[in-house]
Amino acid sequence: MVERGETSSTGGSDGTQDPFPSAKKITKRPKYSRFTQQELPACKPILTPGWVITALILVGVIFIPIGLASLFASQRVVEIVDRYDEDCIPPSFKDRALGFIQDDNTDKTCIRKLTVPKLMKSPIYVYYQLSNFYQNHRRYVKSRSDKQLRSRKDESKTTNCEPEAFAGDKQPIVPCGLIAWSLFNDTYKFSVTNQPLAVNKRNIAWDSDREHKFGSDVYPKNFQNGRLIGGAKLNSSIPLNEQEDLIVWMRTAALPTFRKLYGRIEVDLEAGKEITVMIQNNYNTYDFGGKKHLVLSTTSWLGGKNDFLGAAYLAVGGICLFLAVAFILVYVLKPRPLGDPSYLSWNRNPAGHLN
Amino acid sequence: MREPSGRTKRKIRWSKLYTFSCFRPPNTDPVPIENRIGRPGFSRVVFCNNPHLHRMKPHKYPTNYVSTTKYNVVTFLPRSLFEQFRRVANLYFLLAAVLSLTSLAPFTPPSLIVPLVFVVGISMLKEAVEDWHRFLQDLEVNSRVVKTHIGDGVFVEKAWQQVSVGDIVKVQKDQYFPGDLLLLSSSYEDGVCYVETMNLDGETNLKAKRCVEATLGLNEDATMNRFEASIYCEDPNPNLYSFMGNLEFENESHPLSTAQVLLRDSKLRNTEYIYGVVIFTGPDTKTVRNSMKSPSKRSRIERKMDRVIYVLFSMLILISLVTSMASAVLVSSQMTSWWYLRLQDKDLFFSPSKPVLSAIMQFIRALVLYGYLIPISLYVSIEVVKVLQAVLINNDIQMFDEATCQSVRARTSNLNEELGQVSIILSDKTGTLTCNQMEFRKCSIAGVSYGGDLNEVDLAASRRMNSDMVAYRSSVDESDAMSQGIEICEFPEDDIGNQMGYVGAPEYLESLNLKNQKISDVHRESSIKGFNFQDDRLMDGQWTRYSNVYHMTMFFKVMALCHTGIPIEDDRADKLKFEAESPEEVAFLIAAQEFGIQFCKRTQSVMVLKELDRDSGSVLEREYKLLNLLEFSSSRKRMSVIVSTQDGQIILLCKGADSIIFERLADDGKSYEEATSSHLLCYAEDGFRALAFAYRTIERAEYEHWDSVFTKAKTTVGPERDELLESASEMIEKDLILLGAAAIEDKLQKGVPECIDKLAQAGLKIWLLTGDKKETAINIGFACSLLRQDMAQFHLSSVKDSGCGNQSEAILAAKKALVSQIESFSQGIQVENKKHMPFALVVDGQALEIALRSDVKDQFLRLAVECSSVICCRVSPKQKALITRLVKEFTGKTTLAIGDGANDVGMIQEADIGVGISGMEGMQAVMASDFSLPQFRFLERLLIVHGHWCYKRISKMILYFIYKNIVFGLTLFYYEFYTSFSGQVLYDDWYMTAFNVLLTSLPVISLGVLEQDVPSDVCHQFPALYQQGQRGICFSWKRIISWIINGAIASLIIFLSTIHALSSAAFSEKGNVADIAHLGTITYTCVIWTVNCQIALVISHFTWIQHLFIWGSILLWYIFLLAYGALPPSYSNTGFHVLTEAIGRAPSFWIITLLVVVASLLPYFVYMALQRTFYPMDDHVIQEMKHCKKDVFDKQMWLREQRNSKRTTQVGFSARVDAKTHHLKEAMQQSGASIYRSFTNSPIYKTLRSSPLFQ
Repeated sequence: MVERGETSSTGGSDGTQDPFPSAKKITKRPKYSRFTQQELPACKPILTPGWVITALILVGVIFIPIGLASLFASQRVVEIVDRYDEDCIPPSFKDRALGFIQDDNTDKTCIRKLTVPKLMKSPIYVYYQLSNFYQNHRRYVKSRSDKQLRSRKDESKTTNCEPEAFAGDKQPIVPCGLIAWSLFNDTYKFSVTNQPLAVNKRNIAWDSDREHKFGSDVYPKNFQNGRLIGGAKLNSSIPLNEQEDLIVWMRTAALPTFRKLYGRIEVDLEAGKEITVMIQNNYNTYDFGGKKHLVLSTTSWLGGKNDFLGAAYLAVGGICLFLAVAFILVYVLKPRPLGDPSYLSWNRNPAGHLN
Repeated sequence: MREPSGRTKRKIRWSKLYTFSCFRPPNTDPVPIENRIGRPGFSRVVFCNNPHLHRMKPHKYPTNYVSTTKYNVVTFLPRSLFEQFRRVANLYFLLAAVLSLTSLAPFTPPSLIVPLVFVVGISMLKEAVEDWHRFLQDLEVNSRVVKTHIGDGVFVEKAWQQVSVGDIVKVQKDQYFPGDLLLLSSSYEDGVCYVETMNLDGETNLKAKRCVEATLGLNEDATMNRFEASIYCEDPNPNLYSFMGNLEFENESHPLSTAQVLLRDSKLRNTEYIYGVVIFTGPDTKTVRNSMKSPSKRSRIERKMDRVIYVLFSMLILISLVTSMASAVLVSSQMTSWWYLRLQDKDLFFSPSKPVLSAIMQFIRALVLYGYLIPISLYVSIEVVKVLQAVLINNDIQMFDEATCQSVRARTSNLNEELGQVSIILSDKTGTLTCNQMEFRKCSIAGVSYGGDLNEVDLAASRRMNSDMVAYRSSVDESDAMSQGIEICEFPEDDIGNQMGYVGAPEYLESLNLKNQKISDVHRESSIKGFNFQDDRLMDGQWTRYSNVYHMTMFFKVMALCHTGIPIEDDRADKLKFEAESPEEVAFLIAAQEFGIQFCKRTQSVMVLKELDRDSGSVLEREYKLLNLLEFSSSRKRMSVIVSTQDGQIILLCKGADSIIFERLADDGKSYEEATSSHLLCYAEDGFRALAFAYRTIERAEYEHWDSVFTKAKTTVGPERDELLESASEMIEKDLILLGAAAIEDKLQKGVPECIDKLAQAGLKIWLLTGDKKETAINIGFACSLLRQDMAQFHLSSVKDSGCGNQSEAILAAKKALVSQIESFSQGIQVENKKHMPFALVVDGQALEIALRSDVKDQFLRLAVECSSVICCRVSPKQKALITRLVKEFTGKTTLAIGDGANDVGMIQEADIGVGISGMEGMQAVMASDFSLPQFRFLERLLIVHGHWCYKRISKMILYFIYKNIVFGLTLFYYEFYTSFSGQVLYDDWYMTAFNVLLTSLPVISLGVLEQDVPSDVCHQFPALYQQGQRGICFSWKRIISWIINGAIASLIIFLSTIHALSSAAFSEKGNVADIAHLGTITYTCVIWTVNCQIALVISHFTWIQHLFIWGSILLWYIFLLAYGALPPSYSNTGFHVLTEAIGRAPSFWIITLLVVVASLLPYFVYMALQRTFYPMDDHVIQEMKHCKKDVFDKQMWLREQRNSKRTTQVGFSARVDAKTHHLKEAMQQSGASIYRSFTNSPIYKTLRSSPLFQ
């Protein structure tokens, strides 16, 4: 018998035996490294009862204080919410609110009186809140031109703005699109004991919007000149980056009920004081059954009045503590020693193991 | 160029050694070939020595270039793209990407196209690399060179691909044939050459080919100058065993048959050179026609994953339908009053007058929008993970074979996890389990057995008994009772001694000391190849000092003379090497040489031995005249030579199967029969192939009479010839005197028994499929412990019916017989099952042929599956593939086929996983395989460690992937409820793009590559862990659905928490309220945190890599947000300064993140804690044991559980030891304590006690 080693040398070639060139690579012994041998040092945490209980208690212990703090912060916020859309319709128009709001000649002024429940420290933020208004509707969200807003030279870039892209004479509308067109146009004038209360409407938009997204050389053009008037008109002599109401409005809200910043009142309001608000109720929410609220609110470190975070923290923390107790009970009542071999499948079910 | 020496040097004609074959009349074909030539199917014409005639039509045949690549430069792009988009998910994403170019899509085009290009690009790159490797292999084959005639008797070397039909080539010894050749002449005078066809059919024995008489003279380069002939033959076909054609040479027509045809990929052996004419080239050759395109296999998990994808698709369609319907309803009802939208019929999505159209448009958009439910990067991640897993498998040092310098190679990486689910292994024998190397191991001469007695089973059994006893005794000591119990079980050693009745105690002790404790050491390497024998009584000429030296000499002479081998020179002066028909003969010749009787020369009629002379102690050269040689055949099962010695004595030396020899013994030749047969039994149990040796002296007169009868029989032509020869040989092969028996080990590859043992314990069934004969197969069955003596063996064989005229009738009868056999076996099983008797089924090829027919096969397979081990012998490659397929289909379990030769290619391709043994020469099996191993034993680690790991990794990875995409995708859906189903997207386009590609891909890849539920040594120690894969519990529908639900819950918690936390009130101290960008970014942050923390809960094995990837991914999100926000607003859109200016400054953002992450992970955490408490899985418990270091402190429990975790099995070494131990214990209880007492007092016992073996 011929040994395998000394077999064919293929003709006149170099006589290598390798069936194919890549075989040369194979013949090398794999280099040892902890990675390739899958022996990297590793920590192997396992869910032992101790860990489970510790983790649950830890979560509970951390969450409950956070929850309390959040709840406390939320409770400290003083908020006045006033729905005025219904009450600002004069009784004679009660059944035809739509007609009232669409008629240019009706008097939209409406006086509301609000009582300050607690001391409100400045700054007091003034919001308007709209409900059932789908600013996040896809057709609406897309209907804007960021380029046009940014710089004057892109004035004619109105791709997504239909049907508010061009005025009748094919001139581009600035700012174009449905969002701008439907700009909220109710106005509020506040006074306390007949003293007008100044509302600061500067710096209510994000700095980045003012500085980078809305150009200082872009002026409104052909805006609200069409047949249909959507909302507020803009002063065409003020550049867009100073039209903060527009900038705030253009930040489309995520949910159908949303607040938008209207301005800031920069004086403290004593508890029990009565605020008189003169509202120009221009904006049409009657068509789609939307509500309008006026909101005055202070803030805490967490923001406005919202009990959800605090409650959720307390709930999760509580559940964790409860579970921790439950697990402790389970381990006390029905202990399973770690690594108890009787839980191995072959010990639990020897019959099934046979075949 | 010329090599005249070969002919003169070796005069012996091998063909002449075969007494019967050379007189065989030429084949008579029922239909004369002449009638068929030229007809359809037989139209090929070859002009020998005129290859230029084949350059144009009609005789233009394909070139000899063979290509196995899937693609070429031109077809790569279209074909591989086509392959990629055959995957449903990819096709969906392609459509989505196309849609994204239109206004339909909710995203910008890049956010869909970038991931798709990335995903498809990586897959295509992988294809390209794989195909490139195939191309390189082809290149190597095609550029092999062969000497080709270019006219005037000059031969030059040409690359294979340039060889064309009609060329005359000269192939040298040990070269492969470049195409299918017609043999013209060889270095032997009679035009014979020997061919190894291992690459074609896996058979290792050499096949003789013979040229036609007319071309015998063309045996030198120069003679080729004037040679001109033409061949008319059959068209190319894949049939390896038939060839029909005519050679027109010198105006005469010579019929051609397979005997003249040398096939491509077979190899010239034992012949210096041959000349041949190329008949078929390249794609026309029979091998290439035989080679199947290897089917692309997909693992079980991947197939199931497809169904999971369909489930996700249905979810996608469902939520898209919900979205589109709701949108349409809203559009046609309330939305008309939303004046700020200025709905117009121009806008197809929101067309109040055409709600149905809007619904359809919205539906399409929603399909794209929620596409994140379908994990686009799942396929590519799996592919990347599998490639990395394959790299780890390839680089495992523990699977590196020092001997062949090769390591395991995962040739296709898409079956890694399938390795963890194998239930049935179908194994080839030769080259896979065995090395195809025979070793002389033991012999029994004149009734005495030499070469060690105790086998490893007995050894291990005694050790087991001993340890059991120690454990038992300690327990008895504790309870302080049952004193008499000690007596019963305290004497394992002596009882083993008793069991080995024929072994004296000193010898027993000696053999114990010889053997080492480990099983593997018993298979230690010996310095001499083919000789693994240790017994001082015979070595170094010691045997000459024994009294029965005559029988000893005769015994060795049988080894040295009764064979067909020839000696060949070796470098070492005194030792020769041998070549023979079968490797056993070589082993015998080597053994004889070691014992001092060297076969040193053979001529046509004389054999020369160098014998060790008893008296002088010197070496004498003796000549034996070879009178007759009665060759071995499978029906005769014996071989004899008749020689006359120098002093004129005529002796017949015979070797053969014991049953055959024993029935031909003379009355006075039976003196050793009893002892020998008991030894033979032992040899058989150890899996050795044993041959009995006998001789007789013949009177000259008797011989002469017989010789005339025999010669007459040989020269007879006709059907009665075989019968005559048979009876003639019966006449002389009788009245034999038994000398003894020799045991040859068909050497198992290293570690095979242990590997089989472990695999059996892990619950794998092993079927042996071999082309070898039944006896050999059974031997190997014993050697690998697939069979053992106390097993009930069922032999299924077809009854040979003689002369039953009608063929279909014969088949019917055979089938009937077979069915009744199967039925009786099945009944037998039912009876025996109660006694816990193991069964083995042995089937031969013919029976299989019938058994696998459609109507019997279910019955057969049911029987086969019941048996502990199944051995199929004499099976053809086709049958191997067929069995594999049927087993796969019948059981529905994962099958693995392992083999080394071309004959295994069929089953390798057919099985769920094909494994090729790469140490051997033939590459076909490796080429067709999915994994290649240098040695069988690596299968254990490959399956039990890597298979288990890969299975768990891929399962966990896919489940997690589904989870993470559901978490992400559903948040998009939930948001639609708040946008009046208008299709608005919550997230920025680039967040969406980054999700799968950037922010969640690396942790999941680290999970898929590096996760280890238990370390590798524990995988080995607890074979039961492997059954998790076999039962498929890690990727069950229950788990899939649970993960889907987990994902849905998590996304719901994330979404509801964020929208409520960010509802109308301000979220920062500055009084700012959140818009879409803020809500989107915060929700997205929570998603990133949740999915990455979830994977941290899934992973149980953290190296620094996992930590880096998981926490790095979360960190990367903030970095991404910073970088993205820093871009000018024309690029970053809503992401501009979002973190730095808005949410990052608000404490509520961070508080929300913490809340959401904890809340969304809590359900899973609690579920896991409960599961681990009440229903821990095996790997959980073992992790805990490791964690508590119980494996160190409570070693006994640790070992006990390891034992318990083994599946009770009837095959494998341990099972044999168990059976033996059981047997011994029973025997002991019966035999009583008397022997024990006498034994414990003896000094041997004390020595034994102190020996390290029993510590």
